[in-house]
Amino acid sequence: MPAPADQPPARPVDPAPGTSQRAIQLLGRRCFPCHTGDTPEGRLRLDDEAGAVSGGRSGFPAVVPGNADESPLIQRVSSPEAARRMPPKGEPLEEAEIALLRSWVEQGAIYPDRAGGKHWHWAYRTPQPASPPEVRDNAWAHNDIDRFILARLDEAGLRPAPPADRSTLLRRVSLDLIGLPPTIAELDAFEQDRAPDAYEKVVERLLSSPHYGERWARVWLDLARYADTNGYQVDNRRSMWPYRDWVIAALNDDMPFDQFTIRQIAGDLLPGATVDDQIATGFLRNTMTNEEGGIDAEEFRVEAIIDRVNTIGTVWLGTTIACAQCHDHKFDPFTQRDYYRLFAFFNNDEPEFEVNTFGATPGGPMTTTSLRSQRREYERLQHEISDAEKTLVTPTPELAAAQAAWETDYQRTRPVWAPLPAAQVESLGGAALLALPDGSWQAAGLLPESDTYVCESAGPLAGLTALRLDVLTGGTGNVGRTSHGNFVLSDFWVDIAPPDGFCGPPAPVRLARGTEDYQQGAHYRNGETWPAAAALDGDPRSGWAVGPQAKLPHCAVFAAAAPIEVPAGGVLRVRLGQTYGHQHVIARFRLSSTTAPSPADSPPLSPALEEALARPATERSADEQQQLAAYYRRVAPLLDPLRVRLAELRANLAKLTVGSTLVMKTRPEPRETFVHVRGNFLDHGERVTPGVPAVLHELPAAERPDRLALGRWLVCPENALVARVTVNRYWEAFFGRGLVETVEDLGTQGDSPTHPELLDALALEFVRGGWSSKAIHRMIVLSATYQQAASFDPALRQRDPYNRLLASGPRFRLEAETIRDSALAASGLLTQRVGGPSVFPPQPDGVWTMIYSNDRWENSAGEDRYRRGLYTFWRRTAPYPSFVSFDAPSREVACARRPRTNTPLQALTTLNDPAFVEAAAALARRVIDEGGPETAARLALAFRLTVARRPTPMETERLTQLLESQRGYYERDAAAATALIASGMVGPPEPALPEVAAWTVVANVLLNLDEFITKS
Amino acid sequence: MMPPEERLLRTTRRQFFRDCGVGLGSLALSSLLDERVLAGGSTSVARLPHHTPKARSIIYLFMNGAPSQLDLFDHKPTLARFNMQPCPEQYLKGERFAFIKGVPKLLGSPYKFARHGRSGAEISELLPHTAAIADDLAIVKTVRTDAFNHAPAELFLNTGLARIGRPSMGSWLTYGLGSECSDLPGFVVMLSGGGQPSGGHACWSSGFLPTQHQGVVFRSQGEPVLFVKNPAGMSGDTRRASLDALRDLNQQRLDLVGDPEIATRIASFEMAYRMQSSVPGLMDISDEPESTLQMYGVEPGKASFANNCLLARRLVERGVRFVQLYHRGWDSHGTGTDDDLVHSLPKLCRETDQASAALVTDLRRRGLLDNTLVIWGGEFGRTPMNEARAGSTYLGRDHHPRAFTMWFAGGGVRRGVTIGETDDLGYNVVRDPLHVHDLQATMLHLMGIDHKRLTYRFQGRDFRLTDVHGELFAPLLA
Repeated sequence: MPAPADQPPARPVDPAPGTSQRAIQLLGRRCFPCHTGDTPEGRLRLDDEAGAVSGGRSGFPAVVPGNADESPLIQRVSSPEAARRMPPKGEPLEEAEIALLRSWVEQGAIYPDRAGGKHWHWAYRTPQPASPPEVRDNAWAHNDIDRFILARLDEAGLRPAPPADRSTLLRRVSLDLIGLPPTIAELDAFEQDRAPDAYEKVVERLLSSPHYGERWARVWLDLARYADTNGYQVDNRRSMWPYRDWVIAALNDDMPFDQFTIRQIAGDLLPGATVDDQIATGFLRNTMTNEEGGIDAEEFRVEAIIDRVNTIGTVWLGTTIACAQCHDHKFDPFTQRDYYRLFAFFNNDEPEFEVNTFGATPGGPMTTTSLRSQRREYERLQHEISDAEKTLVTPTPELAAAQAAWETDYQRTRPVWAPLPAAQVESLGGAALLALPDGSWQAAGLLPESDTYVCESAGPLAGLTALRLDVLTGGTGNVGRTSHGNFVLSDFWVDIAPPDGFCGPPAPVRLARGTEDYQQGAHYRNGETWPAAAALDGDPRSGWAVGPQAKLPHCAVFAAAAPIEVPAGGVLRVRLGQTYGHQHVIARFRLSSTTAPSPADSPPLSPALEEALARPATERSADEQQQLAAYYRRVAPLLDPLRVRLAELRANLAKLTVGSTLVMKTRPEPRETFVHVRGNFLDHGERVTPGVPAVLHELPAAERPDRLALGRWLVCPENALVARVTVNRYWEAFFGRGLVETVEDLGTQGDSPTHPELLDALALEFVRGGWSSKAIHRMIVLSATYQQAASFDPALRQRDPYNRLLASGPRFRLEAETIRDSALAASGLLTQRVGGPSVFPPQPDGVWTMIYSNDRWENSAGEDRYRRGLYTFWRRTAPYPSFVSFDAPSREVACARRPRTNTPLQALTTLNDPAFVEAAAALARRVIDEGGPETAARLALAFRLTVARRPTPMETERLTQLLESQRGYYERDAAAATALIASGMVGPPEPALPEVAAWTVVANVLLNLDEFITKS
Repeated sequence: MMPPEERLLRTTRRQFFRDCGVGLGSLALSSLLDERVLAGGSTSVARLPHHTPKARSIIYLFMNGAPSQLDLFDHKPTLARFNMQPCPEQYLKGERFAFIKGVPKLLGSPYKFARHGRSGAEISELLPHTAAIADDLAIVKTVRTDAFNHAPAELFLNTGLARIGRPSMGSWLTYGLGSECSDLPGFVVMLSGGGQPSGGHACWSSGFLPTQHQGVVFRSQGEPVLFVKNPAGMSGDTRRASLDALRDLNQQRLDLVGDPEIATRIASFEMAYRMQSSVPGLMDISDEPESTLQMYGVEPGKASFANNCLLARRLVERGVRFVQLYHRGWDSHGTGTDDDLVHSLPKLCRETDQASAALVTDLRRRGLLDNTLVIWGGEFGRTPMNEARAGSTYLGRDHHPRAFTMWFAGGGVRRGVTIGETDDLGYNVVRDPLHVHDLQATMLHLMGIDHKRLTYRFQGRDFRLTDVHGELFAPLLA
């Protein structure tokens, strides 16, 4: 907008005062990259006074203090000749920058005092206390924040905006502190509370809300790159939610930020570390894990550590230390050696995956826990179960005697298994099945990804009580045909085809139980179990598997619910479904049957043990004796009561929400660490020991240099960076822009702080106040600066287009999760429950099309559909689509700042995403139910629920018009009304269907208002 | 110090987009309201293109799985002469293969080659339609890559790094050049042949660039664009009526508050509305003459590569910057009839040959070929040796990153040439290697971009598509 003709154009605002400091920052950015160090360009060093004054190769001083015109530095940066002009690369200095250098030289070319740090750059120097400046209008200021802000406004001749109105303020502070809009009751209470501390009371309520931890966990989880999958191409699931719950609880408890830090870096190494301290180290385990076949395990172990170092650089140091992975940092004072000394802190932990012939199996150290609210019960049950399990495997003389009797009896009572007379055996996947003399069938030829073996036996067969499947080692010495020898029997399905000439479909045979001699168990991978019973559950993704015992024969027994009778001419068909994929198919098998009563109550003896049992005890090996005793204890009647008790305990445990989470664990033998030449992990350079970057404060000498020492070092008071970086991020969350805009980079290439003294004051206050995040948040929201109305006065915006000086309150778009949470909250659908495993709210089909697994997104039912966004399952290669539209990151690496875009795909999401349509329909019902009969009252309610204020007359009129036209439309087209409500999926049809449909259209408009998705 | 207006003008596009949420001056508003302004660089905000572009759009036919160059383009009589002879040891020393074990045998192509067109390009009998447009093509037989597994190689080609996390070429292009179409995304991806490429969504991810630059997948089932359809029970009239009310309410807020971001939001909703009608219109090919459908081999109502090729033409006609078609299935290992050279490869050729050629012809007839660059190729090539995994008797070839063939047509590339030479076995490049980074640099060059100057600062470092590599490939340029 042009300035009025009779006034001079507005004076530009200087965002960073202190000529010397700013001049040095400028020199640092543009000149120091070449003119520092031992071999500077032209032998000229500009990073200290001596070098600048004595000059370089030319022998002339570069700077003549007090005389800009005589200073070659000024001549060269302002030279019109490109060949002479400095710096030789990049854009020439701007006029204002040259003017800054001129005035710096004119004022004596003073290099700022080096006290308080080893480096000229402000961020590496200890924050300096500054008394809040004098301001013209002291009455405006609520606290010191305001005095710093107002001083700059005074300097610039700007006035703060008036305070925001009450409803705007309540919505703003609610969204900021708990990530949810205020309820009607909260709005009423605040509007009516005329006490002078009404706002303070609201702030305290919000700070102690359990949703505070949820809102701020959202922010932290971007930094922690929290996700529910391993990343890379395979991107299988992992369980990490107990870490998320830990973050929420720690934030709710206002755990001091230094403790919060130490626990996440080294909770496992704390003396007397608790389960929670271990869970906290999940921060470091949020690295991605590559499961692809043929990978180099060392490469990806190193990748994970690199991610840890880079993340710590971003999160605690606000530093782009990643650059130093391959070479010394070009601009910031970090060497490649510094980088690998940090790396060395993380090089002594247990590996996170096991590499085998079919790829990498993720896992590594983990701990299992329950929902925090169930912790006590969980620990008690764990304890009792472990006691019972111990008793169950403890030999006693009574058991030994009973076993001897059982052994004698066994040969007499054991079920007799007769091979099923197979008339025909076929592989539907196209493998050849060859008959062997022992009645077994061996697969050969084509090796399909999945297969089903169909075995047909001709009747008559009478009184079969159970079927037995023996899996035997095939040509490769394994029981399965994958390269690692395992198989998965996903379905065991039996039916009887009627004799020829009889009509009707085959009659399925109901199988009651499945047992097995051995199952791949929880110890093997991801806590999943693979029992024979899983082949009866109808789920193609579960089944019976035997890893890692693929070189031994195994058997499973499936008991029929009622004896199987196959008439003459009829056919018994057994299908061995093996649909897990990836060639998990059986190499060789035999089917047999028995007529003995209920043989499947006890697990079968493996073929090997059966054979051992047939020999006299004296001819068995010690190992066989031990295995037999172990088997006997699984079936001993003496132990039946204990087994019942154990089953009860396990059933109780199963009612709790339990999950595993990845943690850090140090290994006994430290690894050696080397500099990786050019970042190549195979190319070892100099050997290094754990240590911290030389430019920063020192690691206390007495400490053993492990992760715990690093964690403590990060948050020791001498760290100039960590408090600034953290409060700067907080500032960004409230105001939309950090005091240093590049919140991820406070280094020399980052932006300069707009209010350096305020940044330092907040950083010092953070430490002084015992690292209380809530205290800083409180201080910010109680400031007059924060409570200003958002002002877009053209004259103001002309002067300060980015609102850097804060003559206006914040106004910017909400984050992805908050938009969805707000819609759910306004409509009343939101589930308020805190914590627990990730959930699967509806998403369109086809968003998850996984290449390497059978994993599917299955919509959560019930209240899990409506949990807050931070609980939505986060697949790194395919995050939730509406979050992606609204700029959520993939969480592959730490993200300190999300962009805020404004796109048509966002509009389509809030208009048409079934989740938002459902919220609109629910909001429609809510305003009809709760808003009284009058349209105006209903609209007022709807407005207050969505944007916390009452509508203007124009808004009421406009929406009433829309409502009436749509009511008319839906009255004429009841089918459309039904469809609209159904697409919102809010339950049974309504009596006043057209009314709900018309209100749904109105609610959809409200949930799409700019104001609704914006914090004002 | 610099006045704010000037500062605004000097704002980079990166800051520009990042700042969209906190309110810019009126300049930003007008720019966002009309993408064309942004794209055309009529303000100093956009400094692109760096030079006069040869092409305005790209259609990239990504044959994922890696087609066998030795059976399609790189004719090697020597291989046929030594068919089923052990591969000479010098080739195998220190070499890693995905599946080949021991000493594999050389495998001559079971297919005949002939010379086509005035240019005399050698093309296999499997690609009769491609052969018929030989004089439109620049065939490069010497493309090289660094990765030899599908997902990493696909990512490497698309993003310049063999890992997930970097922006893809389409994102770089729309980030750099904007879109010339106000009612469709600037970067569109379509899939055929059964599912996604192995690299998944990361192949068209915007990485750390703003998310509006990520490729939008036009799905062949369900809604072509997520959430583009109105909810069931909401008619077009109702949608329009509700959008009118929404606009009025937002406008009133804008008048009251003055935040230019609200105006941008109003424009976004109007653009979304236009997409709601333009996308179905785009996907509805009933207005195409029967002869066109026949030329491509499109069967209306059936999702196919041919269908996607026709849609690709319709997209670039409408100004879409980058269209990428993936056709999956070229992974001819020879473990069965599903992936061998005798059954599977001819089937894939039948699925793609006619439509690929028709696309080039159609673009030429419509005068679009001059400013559209068409690229055809996979993520790597296949070995001159028979894979014979686990003793398989089906003919197949393993992954081969050292030399493979791609072809180019249209905007700024030479016509009717075959470029580069491999050795007698087709194992290594002998002359004119085209490394993937060079390919990326050349592609950007044709679009008017200096690959070294299209950068984005992330985590303190300036990133670019070609990382620290990339040279222009002169033999390709017209």
